Amino acid sequence: MRQRDTTGVSLASDDGFLLKLQLLSDPKLLFVVRGAMERLTEIFGFSPPDRRSITRAVDEALTNIMRHCYNGRTDQPIEVYCSRVPPPSGTLADGLQVLLCDQGPAVDPSKLRGRRLDEIKPGGLGLHFIRQSMDTVEYQRVGSANRFRLVKYLQPVTEARRP
Amino acid sequence: MIPQRRTSVQISARHSDSTTIFDISGDIDLANSPEIRKVLLREVREKRTPRVVMNLSNVRYIDSSGVASLVEGLKASRDLNLRFILFGLSPSAREVLQLSRLLKIFEVYDNEDQALSS
Repeated sequence: MRQRDTTGVSLASDDGFLLKLQLLSDPKLLFVVRGAMERLTEIFGFSPPDRRSITRAVDEALTNIMRHCYNGRTDQPIEVYCSRVPPPSGTLADGLQVLLCDQGPAVDPSKLRGRRLDEIKPGGLGLHFIRQSMDTVEYQRVGSANRFRLVKYLQPVTEARRP
Repeated sequence: MIPQRRTSVQISARHSDSTTIFDISGDIDLANSPEIRKVLLREVREKRTPRVVMNLSNVRYIDSSGVASLVEGLKASRDLNLRFILFGLSPSAREVLQLSRLLKIFEVYDNEDQALSS
């Protein structure tokens, strides 16, 4: 029987499941998750710049959950699921999907656009970093959970670059 | 509760007549960017140090809240006609400043000698 967790995410390896992290909404744990994402993206085969991009996107998404979904409370649950996903049609390379789930209030999708960058002011950069870093960024409300879906595809190795 | 231990960043300062150099080491993220912001703004707004220099050579990672703290330091410095300088950016730190189109807004140097002779 296929195992599913409380947020409905499949944990079966034939669904590409790789890693699940459960953490509290404490900013001190961001450092720990970054470490895990750096290693996971390395064994997945991403280039160093892409590893940094994915790690940054996950870190910024978690930061947004901690600040905005949980209003700075440090004792709330967050779950992070990482899985391998097949390539979109017309491409050859798999992708890494990261699902971030929290139990905070529903997010207003109009607030997920990020701000313009032509003004020099602090704040509002996290969403911009996420969108710049990932190929897919989606938000869904699933039951009582917010689910942020981030996907980054591997760059296919061309014949010229193949050893 | 998570046990208290050192945060993932350490800050120390070197002072001369007109310059303060902050040596930062570790990652700058939501857990400690408020501390960086506080230290920076005190140096600029209260002490009015003519030249504040941030040594980021031992900073491996800066998130958006860290960038926001640097922007606040820069804006406060500009308001008071003081200088705010960065040097020693890691690839990750350089990338976030590029992504936020701030790399050309800050005064950035490769190393301390260049920063102090500027």
